[in-house]
Amino acid sequence: MSEYQNLITQVQVHGPLDPGVAAEDSEWARVGKPGFISRLLGRIGDAQVGPVWLGALGIASLVFGLAAIEIMGLWFLYQVDWNFMEFIRLLPWLSLDPPSPAYGLGFPPMMEGGWWLVAGGFLTFSIILWWLRMYLRARALGLGTHVAWAFAAAIFLYLVVGFIRPILMGSWGEAVPFGLISHLHWTAGLSMRHGNLFYNPFHMLSIVFFYGSVLLFAMHAATILATAKMGGEREIDQSTDPGTAAERTMVFWRWTMGFNANMESIHRWAYWFAILTVLTGGIAIAITGPVVDNWYRWGLKHGIVPDYPDVYAAPVPAVQPGELEAPYQTAPPMTYPGLDGAAGTMGGAR
Amino acid sequence: MAMLNFERKYRVRGGTLVGGDLFDFWVGPFYVGFFGVTTMFFTLVGTLLIIYGAAVGEGLASQSWNVWQINIAPPPLEYGLGLAPLQEGGLWQIITVCAVGAFVSWVLRQAEISRKLGMGYHVPVAYGAAVLAYVTLVIVRPLLMGAWGHGFPYGIISHLDWVSNVGYQYLNFHYNPVHMVAATFFFTTILALGLHGGLILSVLSPPKGEPIKTSEHENTYFRDTIGYSIGAIGIHRLGLFLALNSGIWAALCIVVSGPFWTSGWPEWWNWWLNLPLWF
Repeated sequence: MSEYQNLITQVQVHGPLDPGVAAEDSEWARVGKPGFISRLLGRIGDAQVGPVWLGALGIASLVFGLAAIEIMGLWFLYQVDWNFMEFIRLLPWLSLDPPSPAYGLGFPPMMEGGWWLVAGGFLTFSIILWWLRMYLRARALGLGTHVAWAFAAAIFLYLVVGFIRPILMGSWGEAVPFGLISHLHWTAGLSMRHGNLFYNPFHMLSIVFFYGSVLLFAMHAATILATAKMGGEREIDQSTDPGTAAERTMVFWRWTMGFNANMESIHRWAYWFAILTVLTGGIAIAITGPVVDNWYRWGLKHGIVPDYPDVYAAPVPAVQPGELEAPYQTAPPMTYPGLDGAAGTMGGAR
Repeated sequence: MAMLNFERKYRVRGGTLVGGDLFDFWVGPFYVGFFGVTTMFFTLVGTLLIIYGAAVGEGLASQSWNVWQINIAPPPLEYGLGLAPLQEGGLWQIITVCAVGAFVSWVLRQAEISRKLGMGYHVPVAYGAAVLAYVTLVIVRPLLMGAWGHGFPYGIISHLDWVSNVGYQYLNFHYNPVHMVAATFFFTTILALGLHGGLILSVLSPPKGEPIKTSEHENTYFRDTIGYSIGAIGIHRLGLFLALNSGIWAALCIVVSGPFWTSGWPEWWNWWLNLPLWF
């Protein structure tokens, strides 16, 4: 039975490599032509690696992206006083932080958030150049630009947390720091300072689309794999000329839940669920602070907070505006919990 | 009405796991089967008990029909793994049994429909991962912690409060390494879904006046932009892998919190900071 479940490709047949369909523009070539075969990748997907389109936008995007990462890495090294072992050890905690709120939207000294602004600017530039690359490649191949617009929705969320919301709040200090744990601290801190993001209705919507997207991909991918022996994965053919695979995918869901998409429309569901995750998420963050200061109080006002019986401890009163400094903006502690002395001390630079 | 124009030829007998021909029929668009009956039974009992719980104000200081506030709370911790009186978590216990019964029935119903249509079992297996995550939250973790009161309450806002409160019990849940893995899988799944949905639509809906493109265009687009295209079958294998791992690692990240790690999650990282490598 298991051989029919189509989880891996068991027999690989390799013909001549595919150079790719002709594109309209020609001043830049595909490099690595015609690519090479990876039998390992061929077990789960297409065995061919490359060629890749070498475009001016792609190169420029990589240069700016690498510059941004370079700034972050050098800052991390500076934080540990250029001690490479400490760099590895503290890598999860190291962080390039935005300037303190005292600088507002001005340009701070380089060592007090200026490098954060420069790195963020480079990263944003890199992402926007990559977006153009995605858009223009679709156009050159005669495709719709759907992928680029989905990417644009993700960029919208990125711009909200690092650019739009800080401007609305009047301080770069509101933006997300560059660091593994520090960006998680920013997330937790934002929620706490604004009375629990779970009460934010746009956050609720974003979470619905977030889990819904994962559910939808599991349903769609499983349905396609379950009909792959009838050619279900040939989605373009099955959209324009539905065969028994497409029919069974539709009938399966109709019998299961009384409703079905079709081979084309399931991809519209997928596309919009993924996009709405970040669109509603971006709205949720953009209005947290500029429009609503405390979501718990908002929830009380609008009658959505349950009135729990006394068996539960009384809730801690919500934090009032100005009661707390943004915790992630202060200097990191010199020691870490459970550690003492030199072992837990961060590098000398701080 | 209820049938698609090609549907009649698929409506044949057989493929059932339990009950033979007895429940082998359709109601409107729905296939019934033995597990359709059990699904309906558990769903109706569970839903009616939730409505009953709302009517008596279970889990609230005063009764409310406000859909955001309705809260069917698990028993207080002092009941341990015992049965609780109906209005002190007993309702939650019966509703949990009904939920597990309905979800497992749904899995088996999907398996029967897969058999009937000659399809693989990917859908019931995938849904099984979601059921596993639910069972981990309300059965496995409470069992390991020694009290049903560790399950999450059934209510729109109350389950969010539970997530907040349990998260802060471990100081900052973001430090949970398994939670990091799960979150990464979740976000990657959504990225892949956006890319896959967008790619298929871009091929099916090219600029005005152009013909529909082909799967060769799909491959060329991703090879051109990132140097690799996983291909039509591969993206669905990847998508299923990512989505299932989201649910599985999510279940793991909560089941290790409490039964296997009782301190704050930030402290967990001390092993790394204290490795002999650094001295």
